[in-house]
Amino acid sequence: MSYITKPRFHHPQLKTNEIGLTRRDYEGTLTTLCGGCGHDSISAAIIQAAADMSLEPHRVVKVSGIGCSSKIPSYFLSKAHGFNSVHGRMPSVATGANLANKDMYYVGISGDGDSASIGLGQFCHIVRRRVNMLYIVANNGTYGLTKGQLSATADLGSTTKSGEQSQYENIDMATLAIELGASFVARSFSGDKAQLVPLIQAGLTHKGFAFIDVVSPCVTFNNTDKSTHGYKNTWENYVALSAVDYVPMKQEITTSYAAGKEKEITLHDGSVIRLHKTGNNYDPYDKENALHHINENKKLGKIATGLLYINQGAADLHELADTVDKPFNQLNEHDLCPGNDTLMDINDTFR
Amino acid sequence: MNTPVTAQVETLTKLNDFVVKFANINGSGSASANNMFAKAVFRMGIPVSPHNIFPSNIQGLPTWYEVRINEAGYLGRREGVDLAVTMNEQTLAKDIAEVLPGGYVLFDSSKPLPDELIRDDINFLPIPLTEICLREYEKPAQRQLFKNIVYVGALSAFLNIDFKVLTDLVGDQFRGKEKLILPNIHALELGHQYASENFQCPLNLRLKSSNKNEGKILIDGNTAVGLGCVYGGATVASWYPLTPSTSVVDAFGKYCKRLRIDPGTGKSKYSVIQAEDELAAIGIAIGASWSGARAFTATSGPGISLMQEFLGLAYFSEVPVVLFDIQRVGPSTGMPTRTQQGDLLTCAYASHGDTKQVLLFPATPKECFEYAIDAFDIADRLQTPVIVMSDLELGMNEQICDQLHWEDGRSYDRGKILNAQQLEEIGKFGRYVDVDGDGIPYRTYPGVHPDKGSYFTRGSSHDANAAYTEDGNVYAEVMDRIAKKFRTALNYLPEPEISGMHNKLGIIYLGTSHSAIGEALDSLGRRGIMLDTLRIKSFPFHDSIREFIDKHELVYVIDQNRDAQLKSLLKIELDASPASMHSILSYNGVLITAQHIERAILESMPELEASNDVPA
Repeated sequence: MSYITKPRFHHPQLKTNEIGLTRRDYEGTLTTLCGGCGHDSISAAIIQAAADMSLEPHRVVKVSGIGCSSKIPSYFLSKAHGFNSVHGRMPSVATGANLANKDMYYVGISGDGDSASIGLGQFCHIVRRRVNMLYIVANNGTYGLTKGQLSATADLGSTTKSGEQSQYENIDMATLAIELGASFVARSFSGDKAQLVPLIQAGLTHKGFAFIDVVSPCVTFNNTDKSTHGYKNTWENYVALSAVDYVPMKQEITTSYAAGKEKEITLHDGSVIRLHKTGNNYDPYDKENALHHINENKKLGKIATGLLYINQGAADLHELADTVDKPFNQLNEHDLCPGNDTLMDINDTFR
Repeated sequence: MNTPVTAQVETLTKLNDFVVKFANINGSGSASANNMFAKAVFRMGIPVSPHNIFPSNIQGLPTWYEVRINEAGYLGRREGVDLAVTMNEQTLAKDIAEVLPGGYVLFDSSKPLPDELIRDDINFLPIPLTEICLREYEKPAQRQLFKNIVYVGALSAFLNIDFKVLTDLVGDQFRGKEKLILPNIHALELGHQYASENFQCPLNLRLKSSNKNEGKILIDGNTAVGLGCVYGGATVASWYPLTPSTSVVDAFGKYCKRLRIDPGTGKSKYSVIQAEDELAAIGIAIGASWSGARAFTATSGPGISLMQEFLGLAYFSEVPVVLFDIQRVGPSTGMPTRTQQGDLLTCAYASHGDTKQVLLFPATPKECFEYAIDAFDIADRLQTPVIVMSDLELGMNEQICDQLHWEDGRSYDRGKILNAQQLEEIGKFGRYVDVDGDGIPYRTYPGVHPDKGSYFTRGSSHDANAAYTEDGNVYAEVMDRIAKKFRTALNYLPEPEISGMHNKLGIIYLGTSHSAIGEALDSLGRRGIMLDTLRIKSFPFHDSIREFIDKHELVYVIDQNRDAQLKSLLKIELDASPASMHSILSYNGVLITAQHIERAILESMPELEASNDVPA
């Protein structure tokens, strides 16, 4: 959204990745968000994730709705096409774009207002529809652009800067996503890049609908001690159900962990998510177990984070629709038009 | 049994020119029987136009099927009924009252007709349908269903329908379900036999085989739209079920299952997504179109209301998308199963701010097919939404039209799209730069090139390079360039159909009003009133429409809505003087008739006293 041009020069010895690109090649325009906004950390995490896994920037499609969160796609991967759509309707635009070309990486960025209120219906249905994409909600419990109203993810009793206290139960986007059939569900914190970056990499690689609910504090309107979405509360009550490493397909797996302490999840392209258990009975393959852990933590005022649930066996939208391998946007008259002889036969059925 | 005597009543004598109206209860299986009747007339080579007047209900409410038969080819609705088949006690009084003097009522005489409903100026054709079916069939469902087939059989005797045409139709209808053929033919025979034995058949109202349907088909507009989407290369259909648009996507899906399966892999070259609502339906279509697939959605008035925000986004960010609006009666839920041209203004300027949308107005199923195909080309060429404005009458009723045709060798016009090589050649790409001076910029699909051609699509104000801006002058430049694009649009939109410019009076209309025009003009002509006609086929309007208005003393503007929406649009867009236009309005939920138009014109004549051409 910036109209200040970002300088493009960089240090001549900046490290390049496997496809010869530097970190700078994954950046976007200059941010216009407030200094210290959690959302900028999400942009930075996406840039790092994509650069480190040597993703070709132009193979990514960025989609968003409206709000502070939905500005994020401007701030990373300027070589990728982006679509800043209408409020709460990013899921439908993402669904359509994905239908048109199955061969791209889709990254949807939304916020709690965009996805938990005005767009809750579209959110639920894109989860159900199993669109192959990474969907990130930058969740700050407030409406920043309109100056600090409570959002639907604000916890009961949480208080904004203006002193407004939430009187309603919150919507937990992660449990909702698990319930509705998302095959990759994680929660993280914009302040914990070590956790967030591998989750983004795994989510991008995962085939199916990958969802990450990222607690991303609004420094201007919802960062008080009484806000459950502020930095203080999040740092104090942040529980990682698992620690995650992402090992790209090409990288030889050398590190080893003590037996029984880690679990390796091989993604469809051969990449591996290495899950380090944190001493509880947490099992990311078990939906009920995941929901149980999230809810138990919530009762204690804790925020359960990490990879919460994964199911690698679920078919995505294109598999369910059994679409041809060639992307729809590359099909032409020859592929699509049945011709006049066939039409003459069809005419005969209307006589 | 109270059977009125018919012998003394004068009877209507008409050959291949009458209206048969079936009054049924919906959900009773009457639709396929009535359709069989209409199709039999079609196969006899006689022009026929069925009009389904049905309730928003699954079972139990009144439904009518009105069949106009007209050798001269007038296929609009005609007022008055020559033969009524009354199968619904709830509406019996009204149905009998509608019959013209000398006309006929075919009714189920298993139960006596109430005395007060008996008219002495019409003829009654009592047939004990329930008794016959009780006697002949065992299962309750069959006893109900076959009543409908028995009355069709009786009509074949009364009206002189070629019986073989009917039995062939049964064979076609139940192909693959052969065991249903014989019981149906038996039912037809039962009706035919009863009528022949108990009445003098055929009546003076009768049919005679003709040859008027050579090269013609009998098809509904929504099926033609669905086929058009297949031929036009649509791969993504996203929709939310809504009467009367549902059958568009049903037809698309049905033909795709046959025509869009890759023979090698068995995989689909299409996708139909039933969305959670109309907002998502158009959002999916826009996302797919943005990414380079041909995508569409189909809806009706309530869906149009919900799609407004997205239509503004597509207008301003210049994303092609095709939308079919099968209009029904509004406002609000209105009459969901009746027809209207009520979405004209809403669609012309859909969404907030300065917007304008491209509209196409098909009048026949053949045009539904052709405009569906053209809509994809036009949307791609202009990079903007195209709304094809059909209505329930055109969409859901079968009509006779010329057979459909696809010009083999025609290629899709995908508009101004840059591929990787072109991006290399041009140097700098700016998404909204008016390179050619026609207001149409160039676009790229996601993933086209490693570091050229990417841009950020947004509904917020942007400059020629798609970057966000709050500079009012830059915003205005973009808006002016889009306005210019809409002038360029006229080069790609179908011109109005103009009959001539020599009379003092003119008539402007669009869409399904077409079905009544020829008949109204012929009838007015016999009174010495001559009118030139102009049928609008697209919006924004061509200059020739303004010329037509200017060259006539008075122009009648037909609107199938209360508020004269077409007339308003002509005033707004062409700055046409209100005094030069006179509205003819029809908004009772059924298709406008020639009689209605003729009456309206005659009633307006006192206003034209200055003109000596108008008869007193």
